[in-house]
Amino acid sequence: MTTAGVEIVGQDTGPAPDDDEQATGLSGLLHRATADIRSGNLGVLPIVVALVFIVVFFSFEATNFFTSENFGNIIIQMAGTTMLAYGVVFVLLLGEIDLSISYVAGIGALTVAELQQPGTGPGLSGLIAMPAAIVICALIGSVQGGIVAKIGVPSFVVTLAGFLIWQGVIVYRLAVPGSITIQDRWINYTGSYYFSHFAGWLIAGLVVVLYSAVSLSGVIGQMRAGIAVKDPWSIAVKIAAVAAASFGIVEICNRASVQGTPLGLPLAAVIIVLFLIVLTFLAKRTTFGRHVYAVGGNAEAARRAGINVPRIRVIVFMISSVMAAIGGIILAANVNSVDTNFGGGTLLLDAISAAVIGGTSLFGGRGEIRNAFLGGAVIATVSNGLNTANYNPGTIYIVTGSILLLAVTLDTVARRLQMRSGR
Amino acid sequence: MGAPQWAPPCLSGRKRKNVTETPLLELRGITKSFGSVQALTDVDFEVRRGEVMALVGDNGAGKSTLVKCVAGTHTPDSGQIFFDGQEVHIHGPRDAAQLGIEVVYQDLALCDNLDVVQNMYLGREEHDRLQRLKEPIMEQRTAETMKSLAVTTIRSIRQPVATLSGGQRQSVAVARAVMWNSKLVVLDEPTAALGVAQTEQVLALVRRLAEQGLGVIIISHNLHDIFETAHRITVLRLGRNVGVYERDKTTQEQVVHAITAGVPTKVAGIASTAAAPA
Repeated sequence: MTTAGVEIVGQDTGPAPDDDEQATGLSGLLHRATADIRSGNLGVLPIVVALVFIVVFFSFEATNFFTSENFGNIIIQMAGTTMLAYGVVFVLLLGEIDLSISYVAGIGALTVAELQQPGTGPGLSGLIAMPAAIVICALIGSVQGGIVAKIGVPSFVVTLAGFLIWQGVIVYRLAVPGSITIQDRWINYTGSYYFSHFAGWLIAGLVVVLYSAVSLSGVIGQMRAGIAVKDPWSIAVKIAAVAAASFGIVEICNRASVQGTPLGLPLAAVIIVLFLIVLTFLAKRTTFGRHVYAVGGNAEAARRAGINVPRIRVIVFMISSVMAAIGGIILAANVNSVDTNFGGGTLLLDAISAAVIGGTSLFGGRGEIRNAFLGGAVIATVSNGLNTANYNPGTIYIVTGSILLLAVTLDTVARRLQMRSGR
Repeated sequence: MGAPQWAPPCLSGRKRKNVTETPLLELRGITKSFGSVQALTDVDFEVRRGEVMALVGDNGAGKSTLVKCVAGTHTPDSGQIFFDGQEVHIHGPRDAAQLGIEVVYQDLALCDNLDVVQNMYLGREEHDRLQRLKEPIMEQRTAETMKSLAVTTIRSIRQPVATLSGGQRQSVAVARAVMWNSKLVVLDEPTAALGVAQTEQVLALVRRLAEQGLGVIIISHNLHDIFETAHRITVLRLGRNVGVYERDKTTQEQVVHAITAGVPTKVAGIASTAAAPA
């Protein structure tokens, strides 16, 4: 046979070779960073810049904003919404939507409130009530996800129905008492427990050690497999950044005190970071996470590759509901009660906005858990700042809406740039 | 099964060097109908190891149906399938994959948002007991596969598939198909959406697959591509096999004639050239 055409492979018009690829060390890192920015691959940079800008702005605007006490407040205020937003990221990765989360959070809060209620209720410990609420919400998620995945009803409709149904259940159950006070200390701890100063430092140290260990084990794995370690410097920089952030946060929290009583690292901060790590691991390092991205990118390709697409969809809706339950418990603990309005207001839209502001695509296949973390921080900081500076509450919605629009517009433009430079 | 007692009727009258070798894939008398539509009628077909077999025919000739019978998407109404000399029953894509049959579909079935390595291992990720992905192993093996197939145009196997050109994407899809110790690769219109240079790149890749001893079935409408890659050409018309042609002993006109006006025949010795007077 003729093999005249074999050598022609090199002629394909792929992207031109990039000089930056070879550059190593710190200068190479900077090179790559600037190249990324120029080609529209912004990553989390815009949101971090926005967050810094917001913090600086309110520091000048309100005298009691830039204090260690308020820093702890913001962490506690963002915790509930951020939990919901973590779940939203998974749903958005599939290209689906879950509108029921705010009232599923309400169901989670209602469940713990009823189970812990002494006297008229069973008076169970929060350590039993909280897992029970999570299991109930997981069931809700599996039913909603099952209808979406197995029957094929659009998720928008299924979860809109869930939005109404679970709101109805909350109003129905709380019609007579109006509200239930949460007295169980374990439940209330999720919103108001502070670690001692020493425990705070210990936790920060643990985070840094674990992060370094995971990063380095990845590098060792690459070296064993004979793959060139891409940029040792960027790993070093990341470890340094994680260390600075962990110890910085603990240092600020440890300075706070209320009426002479010293505060410390809030438990809510540990919950936020714990789920950030666990869910990022799930999304990025496991077969399940890989399949979520695959289904979101091209469901037909995923199906042909042997991935059980309905199963992935059901599990993702369960994750969404479980994260809603956890968020709901924290939100209830913040106010020590559950009333008929629980889950209303802007909770749903805040959670979805948090995920989207951080850069998660609404069309599936693109996004990361940390987007929800950063988006949640932005939303909580803006609302805290505007409250502290005594702005009209209407301003909060206007500003949050504007940030959402700006973030998504920026992301769309960045993506277009990326496509142009990629091909 | 030792030396085959049977040779495809359409070949028995022709001089062939390897006529005693067991074909890699052999279909005998495949018939398939969908309701009242007779898609395939008594079709014989074979592919040898190290051979590129082109499957051509007009729209609706039954090419896709025949391939789907091999891929396990369809089950034939009657007829036999032999793989490596053993009679097999293929009831689904998993059965086909188990035998070592991989199909690269026209629309590629790649996930644009995932990178090359992730696509190569899609649905078959290497993982430990905790379902943790073994990225280094996957990256290493992907690099090896790409190297062995001389796919050199992809700059980084860690770049998303969305940033690849059409030819590069096709290369990834083909490489994925051959990565799993497959013995037979079916390519459905692999060059349909490609430019000239990219088509050359993919055709070269197809030839390399055959050189490595795989059987290749290539479906295409482009006779130029087929004459450049295939060793033999099977022509289907109205759900029947109307001839098997040696690439070196045939002209494009003969094949075109068979596609448009070929007469189905099962009589030994008449196949190809006899049915299509030059």
